Formats: sequence, structure tokens, C-alpha cells
Amino acid sequence: MDAATPDSEQDIGRQAARTRLGMWAFLGSEVMFFGPVFFAYLYGRFMWPQAFEAASRGTDLLCGAVNTAVLLTSSLGVAVAHLLADRGAYGRARRALDAVVLLGLAFLAIKGYEYVQDWREQLVPGPHFHLQGAVNQAGAQLFYFVYFFATALHALHLTAGIALMLHCRRALRRRPGRPTLRRLEAAGLYWHFVDIVWIFLFPALYLAGRAL
Amino acid sequence: MSAHSDAAVNADRAAPARAASYLHDGYTLWSWLSSRDHKRIAILYAVSITAFFFIGATAAALMRLELFTPGADVVDADTYNRLFTAHGVIMVWMFLIPSIPSVFGNFALPLMIGARDLAFPRLNLLSWYLYAGGGLFTIAALLLGGVDTGWTFYTPYSSVFSNTHVILTLAGVLIVGFSSIATGVNFIVTVHTLRAPGMGWFKLPLFVWAIYATSVILVLATPVLAITLLLLAAERVFHVGLFNPALGGDPLLFQHLFWFYSHPAVYIMILPAMGVASEIIPCFARKRVFGYRFMAFAIIGIAVISFLVWGHHMFVSGQSAYASMVFSLLSFMVAVPSAIKVFNWTATLYKGSISFTAPMLYALGFVVLFLQGGLTGLFLASLSVDVHVTDTYFVVAHFHYIMVGGAVMAYLGAAHYWWPKITGRLYPESWARLAALIIFAGFNLTFFPQYLLGYEGMPRRYHTYPPDFQVLNVLSSAGAAILAVGYLLPLGYLLWSCLHGRPAPDNPWGASGLEWKTATPPPQHNFDRLPDGSDPPYDYPPLQE
Ligand code: HEM
Ligand SMILES: [Cu+2]
Repeated sequence: MDAATPDSEQDIGRQAARTRLGMWAFLGSEVMFFGPVFFAYLYGRFMWPQAFEAASRGTDLLCGAVNTAVLLTSSLGVAVAHLLADRGAYGRARRALDAVVLLGLAFLAIKGYEYVQDWREQLVPGPHFHLQGAVNQAGAQLFYFVYFFATALHALHLTAGIALMLHCRRALRRRPGRPTLRRLEAAGLYWHFVDIVWIFLFPALYLAGRAL
Repeated sequence: MSAHSDAAVNADRAAPARAASYLHDGYTLWSWLSSRDHKRIAILYAVSITAFFFIGATAAALMRLELFTPGADVVDADTYNRLFTAHGVIMVWMFLIPSIPSVFGNFALPLMIGARDLAFPRLNLLSWYLYAGGGLFTIAALLLGGVDTGWTFYTPYSSVFSNTHVILTLAGVLIVGFSSIATGVNFIVTVHTLRAPGMGWFKLPLFVWAIYATSVILVLATPVLAITLLLLAAERVFHVGLFNPALGGDPLLFQHLFWFYSHPAVYIMILPAMGVASEIIPCFARKRVFGYRFMAFAIIGIAVISFLVWGHHMFVSGQSAYASMVFSLLSFMVAVPSAIKVFNWTATLYKGSISFTAPMLYALGFVVLFLQGGLTGLFLASLSVDVHVTDTYFVVAHFHYIMVGGAVMAYLGAAHYWWPKITGRLYPESWARLAALIIFAGFNLTFFPQYLLGYEGMPRRYHTYPPDFQVLNVLSSAGAAILAVGYLLPLGYLLWSCLHGRPAPDNPWGASGLEWKTATPPPQHNFDRLPDGSDPPYDYPPLQE
């Protein structure tokens, strides 16, 4: 994503601004990408309130809560890694990225475990779908359609984020310096974004409807 | 492609002292396919987009052939459905959306702001590969038998009933969408960070403003389409879903999401065309653009309002009457900035010293046809009229006036205007003028009768019709034949000019703007010295009375 190789301090500064702006524009586009999923969720909640409430009680609150904590910690890790790299402590920055990657993988593993449980409990939309105790099975199935669609999309984004982090980690080892820092900053923005999406998904899919 | 390289060899002979032109920078196919130079990538786009245009046009020709007579003589209903779907999908996503931004935005925008390239050259090349790859998916779907859902992919037909290659087509459109987003991000960052010293926002040429606003729409609207198509694909594959009423879902949700993208998308097609007109008209009227700031604000206004009016495509779909009323009102508001632009072009022409060159003819054609299409848009935005003419040929005529009459005219105008800069060659002017006139005449003969047909009640998307409608349909088909000739002509003489055209000087039109201040064709790094951007745009000397 670089323009011609930078030759002066000023050029490096400009390129940093360029990369940052590019990432922000891309994140604007990502917001619009997830927007319709939330819109679809709200639409369903509005049209079939009881079914959506009943269905959201079927999700695994413990897994969801643990995953929220895992993801928030990973965001902290990215910020720490950037801070360390900025101060020239590249070795420690790399270790911070290791932690970030491990936390990302842990999130995916927990999510995978959840999916297996959902499958066992017949919560995967399709001919075998059955939510115990729900009056409106069709409505509950729509909830689970949104649930699987949104969380799978989020997991896909997280996977891309892990790849980005591994890329930054390698760059920190091979050619530490300003261009790498710039990349780490952009990757960090992306990671935080993926985090924020989850911060919205968690209450929507796990918490709403539980108190009733 | 090698034709361009040859042209450069000859053009450069006159001026040996200059830096080699970008056409000189390698002659192998790979040197083009791996180039990160925005000018070469523009040519990659031009070649592939032109190919898609003619594929889409072939489908249209077959449709007009079928509609020559009332009965079903050429194709059956099934094939006809596949034809109009292929036509719509290819023309909208493979031609209209990428055409002006990807070809002329890519080529001219960095030159116009005095930049050496786009902000992310590698991303630019990647987005061409995405475009070409997505296009090939669509072609594959076509070769395997096509799709019959229409370009709007309305559910539940597309998600449950159609047994054609919906998924493959969706994949193609999705991939092309990612290409659009990448291009949009690239242009936005370029305009923000790579302007020449001294070039403030209100010194930008209006074409740059238009591409910038288009990019914002691309970045914000395209992902909505992407996710909508993904939801549709999920529903189709897993047989459960949000849009399927049989399972408790709601097809209106699909339409809201689809038009939330697709109405702004029509401005993705038309804003760049407006930008082109704003370059050509002052140049050949030898006058500054009238009301430059208003023109820039109108572009922003159009871009913003375009996100608020999607519901006018759903007047008869069962949305609430109140929603329809609001959307009708908002739709009328789009007309205000559009009208400002038409007034200002007219005022720019007024008392100008006008030369009717080929680019100018295309630009004037654009203004006239856009005005007409826009006015009939107001008919459609009026709730009661729309209920009468919706899903008839009136709508078909409306959007073809805007998209074919407007956007394609502007595309050709841009091609002629920047051709000497791109290839270093001049095209035969009299052929070019003749083609412009043939296209204008052929276009009107094709689409004007469709207003009448629609008003009389001929529905769209049928391959047969009652004999009463035949006269107008024959006129329309005859017009299409003329139009086809008109479109083939530029293909012929422009390619001819690559080899045999006279070498072009640096600034053949005496135009203002930084892109004319560098060599023709430009060197690989665009400018030998970074230019000064502090001159006002459209710096044509005031005319003496
Ligand atoms: C500026 C460029 C414009 C373009 C490229 C454009 C394009 C289109 C297209 C492609 C359609 C058909 C969609 C379909 O397949 O169903 C359409 C329909 C429509 N357009 Fe436009 N349009 C433009 C301007 C306008 C304006 C200014 C208005 C209103 C003030 C307008 C109002 C409508 C309405 C109400 C329909 C729906 C008609 C129906 O389906 O009954 N359009 N337009
Ligand atoms: Cu519209």
C-alpha cells in the first residue's frame, strides 16, 4: 500500500497520514457493511419481539461474556504493542503481539465450542431447527439466522485481524522502523474496530431479552 | 495494447529531450498487467470496460430484435429473462459504475491535482484485478446458462424459486463491489493528501470534486449492497431467511437494503458524468465555469440527498403510505442541486465563444438528455403518477435517458477530450462529430417512443406485447440499430488513430488545468517538476465584448 519509497522525514510523515486516512475511510465502509446486519436484527426484534426474546435466551451467556473479556484484553495488547514499538522496544512489542494473537485464537476457539453446542441443541437454522419452549419457531429461527450470520462475519474479520497482526509482528522483526510502526497503527485501528463490532453484538445477541 | 506503445514511439520522436512517456515504460503484456502506474491501470480498465460494454450491448440488441414484432419469434420467455438480466447486471456493475471513475478518474485525476500517482498504487492495481475477476464470474454465469432474476435480484424469487446461476452472479457483483470500495478509498486519500502545493479545495477542478463525492458514495453505499447480497446468498443456500415470507421473513427488508445502495448508485453513475461536462463545456466555450462554488456545493448536496430517497423505488411495494409521502418529497429535493448544475452549464455557454468540437457535442448531448431524464424523474417521484407508470416502459425510458443518454454520452465525451493526452494522437475530428450526431439521433429514436409506450401501459420485462404497440416498438428497434452503428464508429476511428492519427501537442484544446501542462503523453512520473496549484480553476481569459 506504499507510494514510492520515502526519502525524507517529511515524506514519512505524509505517508503515515495517508495510511491512517485510508484506514479510516475503509473503516467507514466497514461500518456500513455491518450496519444492515444490525438493521436486520432490529427489524426482526421489532416485528417478532417475543420470538426474538425467547431465542436470545438460548445463547450461551457465559461463553459470550468470557469472549468479551478476551477481546477487550486483546485490544489493550495492541495498544501496548504500539506504545512499546514507538519507544523502540521492538522485542517486547513483538511479545505483546504474541499475546494479542493468542487471545484472538482463544476467542475463535470459544466461539467454535459455542457453535458445536448450538449444533447439538438443534439451534442451527434448517430442517432440524428446534428451540425448546418457543411458541413461534419461525421467528426464533430468524433470530438464529442473524446470530450465525453476524458472529460468523465477525469471526471472519477477526481472522483477518490475526493475519494482520502476524504480518506486523514479522515486519517488526525484519525491518523495525517508522514504516512498520505506521502499519502497526493502521492494523491496530482495524483490530479495535473488530472489537467494537463485538461490543455491539454481545448485548444484542446475548443480553437483550434475558432480564424478562 | 502494443498499438499505444507504437504511437508513443512516433510521438516522442519530435521531442527527444523529454523524459520517456509512460507508454514507453515496458512493452510486454506483463509490464502492463503488473503496472502500478495509474495511467496504465486506466488503460487496463478502458479495455476491459469496453469489452463488457459490447457484451451488454449485444444482449440489448437481441432484446430489441425480439421486440420488433409482437409475437415470440427470436427467443422464448426464459431466454428473454436471462437476456435482460445479463444486460442489466453487466451494464450497471461492469460498465456504468466503474466507467468514468476507473478510467478517466484514474488517468486524469492525479494529473489534474498535480500528483505523481494515486495514494496507494498497489491497491489500485489490486482493484483492477478484482474488477476483472468479478466480471469473469458474471461471464461464467452467463456462459453456464445465465440468470433470470433481473438486475435487482428481488426476493423471494431470487432466493427460493429461480433455478439459475444466482450465486455465481452474486459472487461476481460482490467482488466488483470490493473493487469499487478500494478505488473509492484510494481517490479519497489521494484528493486529501496529494494535491499540488497551493491547490486549496476550492481550486480543484469540478471533475475532481465529482470523483471525490462519488468515492464517498462508493465507500459508504457499496458495503450495504455487499452485505445484502451475502444475506440473499445465505438465504438461498440454507433455505432459511429474513426475506422469505414462507418462513416468516419479509421481502420488503430486501428492497429497503437493495435500494439504499442502488439509488445512491445512480449518482455514482451520473456525478462523474457531470464532472466531465464541467471540464468540457468551459474549455470549448472559452469561459470560466459560471458559479464554481455553487457547482461544488451542488455536487455535495446531490451526494448527501442521494442517501435519503431510496423509498421512491418502493411506492407500489407495500411500504406505508406515510413513508411513500416522505420519500416523494425528498425526491423532489434532489432536483434542486441538479437544476443548479444545468443552469450553470447554460450560463457558462451563454455568450461564450463556442466551438462545436466532438467532445463539446458529446457534452451538450449529455446536458440535453440528462435534463430530459431528470424531468421525467420528477414525474416518477410524484406518487400518483408513479402508481400509473411504474414497471412500464416509462421507467425504462427514464433511466435510459439518464444512464445511457447521460452517463454514456459523458463517457464518450471524456474519451475524446482526454484521448490526445492518453495516446499522444489526435483522432479524425469529422468522424468523431458524425458519430456524436448519429448517437444522439439514434438514442432519441430508441428511447423516446418508450415513454409513450409506457404511458400507454406497456409493461417492462415482457418478450411479447399486443399488436397495438408495434409501431412504437419498431421505431425503438430501428433507433437501436442506428445507436449500434453510432457506438461502433468511435471504436473504429479511435483505434485507427492509435496507429495513424496525427501526433498531438501537449495542449491541443488550449485548455486550462494541470493535466495539460505536462508532456503528451505524460512521463511515467507525470511531471518533471512538481507543478504549482495556486492558479484558479478554469483560468480562461475573459472574453472581450
Ligand atoms: C440522476 C440520475 C438518475 C439515474 C441514473 C436514475 C436511474 C434510475 C433507474 C435505474 C431506475 C429504475 C430502477 C429499476 O430498475 O426499477 C429509476 C427509477 C426511478 N427514478 Fe431515477 N434516476 C435518476 C434521477 C432521478 C431523479 C432526479 C428522480 C426524482 C426526482 C428519479 C426518480 C425515480 C423514480 C421515482 C423511479 C422509480 C420508478 C418506478 O419504478 O416506478 N430519478 N431511476
Ligand atoms: Cu432512485
